[in-house]
Amino acid sequence: MDIFLQQLLNALSLGGTYALLALGLAVVFSIIGLINFAHGELMTTAGYVMAFALAAALPFPLAIILAVAAPVLLAVVMERVAFRPVRGASGTTLLLTSFAVSAILRVLFQNFISARPVPVPMPAALSGVINIGPLHLGIIQSISIATTALMLAGLTLFLNRTVAGRAMRAAAEDFAIVRLMGLRANGVVATAFAISGLLAGVAGLLWVAQRGSVDPLMGFLPVLKAFIAAIIGGLGSLTGAVAGGFLLGFIEVMLQAWLPEAWLPYRDAVAIMLVIAVLLFRPQGLLARKTVLKL
Amino acid sequence: MTSPAPLLDVSGLTVSYGAVEAVRGIDLTVAKGEIVTLLGANGAGKSSTLNALVGLAPRRARRLAFSGQDIAHLPTEMIVRGGMTLVPEGRRIFPTLTVAEHLLLGGAKHAGRGPLAETRAEMLALFPILNERLDQKAGSLSGGEQQMLSIARALMSSPDILLLDEPSLGLAPQIVDRIFALVSDLRSRGLTILLVEQNVALALEIADRGYVLVNGRIEISGSAADLMASAEIRDAYLGA
Ligand SMILES: Nc1ncnc2c1ncn2[C@@H]1O[C@H](COP(=O)(O)OP(=O)(O)O)[C@@H](O)[C@H]1O
Ligand SMILES: [Mg+2]
Repeated sequence: MDIFLQQLLNALSLGGTYALLALGLAVVFSIIGLINFAHGELMTTAGYVMAFALAAALPFPLAIILAVAAPVLLAVVMERVAFRPVRGASGTTLLLTSFAVSAILRVLFQNFISARPVPVPMPAALSGVINIGPLHLGIIQSISIATTALMLAGLTLFLNRTVAGRAMRAAAEDFAIVRLMGLRANGVVATAFAISGLLAGVAGLLWVAQRGSVDPLMGFLPVLKAFIAAIIGGLGSLTGAVAGGFLLGFIEVMLQAWLPEAWLPYRDAVAIMLVIAVLLFRPQGLLARKTVLKL
Repeated sequence: MTSPAPLLDVSGLTVSYGAVEAVRGIDLTVAKGEIVTLLGANGAGKSSTLNALVGLAPRRARRLAFSGQDIAHLPTEMIVRGGMTLVPEGRRIFPTLTVAEHLLLGGAKHAGRGPLAETRAEMLALFPILNERLDQKAGSLSGGEQQMLSIARALMSSPDILLLDEPSLGLAPQIVDRIFALVSDLRSRGLTILLVEQNVALALEIADRGYVLVNGRIEISGSAADLMASAEIRDAYLGA
């Protein structure tokens, strides 16, 4: 039972990071119908900025602020430069554009920074472990769980209590009508990208805090997982993305813990098979909702 | 006598969706304080015309002026902020947003809480039913209530001219009567209205003038009384 609880904490921590990433993908998808594969590079950007800020001996809190602000800015610039010109184009065009942005950023990371991992020296205080009875809770792991909870609560408040947040919920249902109320389309889209950048930045920091280094491909796998999580949840549904993220984290951690040794290399394959099984029964995802993607 | 420039002044308006030309160079004016109706069979291009006026459909025109200002290249949000808005066909409410949220967003162009609260109070006086449903999700409202919400949401931007696209669609007769009474009432408060309606008899009853669209072209136009008396309209739409 204790082992199970321990695994549950691991699942919460990993699933929370997937949930933040999936949420970032879903926020943008729900509004302009774009699956932004360059989301992973936003995450990686947070890692690099953190690495450089710490290397420059900036105070830790300032390093965190810069590391989260950079992907927010990059996401908004990305929208302005790459996605706005193709807004309203077919899903395929949008998808290919995001592949291109992702590839360009990765090449830039490789050529101007390094193809090899850059260390992110997190403060030693973060590597401790809290023992609660038989449970070992890493400090980084608890920060990860708490941060996820805080981000989810903050986003919920934003979406339900502010004009900009409500405009985003409205835009997810019917973008044309949002414009018909005098709300600026570009502002709503830019807000969505800024939020996705914020979520990617926070997830990126949590990711490098666990791994201690950042490399050009860092964002690829977690965002692929987040994409799967968003599909499990029903693309475009924000609650679904969170549910899908936690479910995927739970499946992975439990497989890691209970799968026979010989099967471990196939952990991701087994996880994806379970996902396919979910989709066989609910092809529209767990919490799918019809989205209107007209502009 | 020189008549003042019309509030809405359109000539040579064309709407094409790729190869499909839905509206083919129409001329249309609406003077301040008028109710003008745009009639025509399904697919004639009525919705395309209204959508094009607010910039939601691809448009070309020789002249597209509102309040004397050229709006041909303005995006929808700027046209709405300038005082022209549309109640779209099929209501297009946001099912998961509450009634109160619709009113809040509808009034997005008002700067400051004062004017917003004032307009909102006006709307709730005009549509008491919405006051009872403020915290309800719009998707749970009846069809008639959704139509009222759609109109209230549009009116929250305090427009000078309201474009209404088939407000009676799919509603019970007594609700339709209430909506038409409301449209007349809005006009008597100084609002200018361009109304698209399938119910030709009702529309001509409250309108001052009308246009009949056939395959994207205006075939007949005139005062409501003349149109009502016209043999063509009787045969085609009034079934008399
Ligand atoms: N978004 C669109 N894309 C392509 N064709 C459209 C679109 N909207 C309307 N049409 C076509 O334009 C014509 C006029 O449609 P519409 O303006 O909706 O007519 P009405 O409102 O009079 O019924 C129809 O042939 C319709 O199929
Ligand atoms: Mg129509």
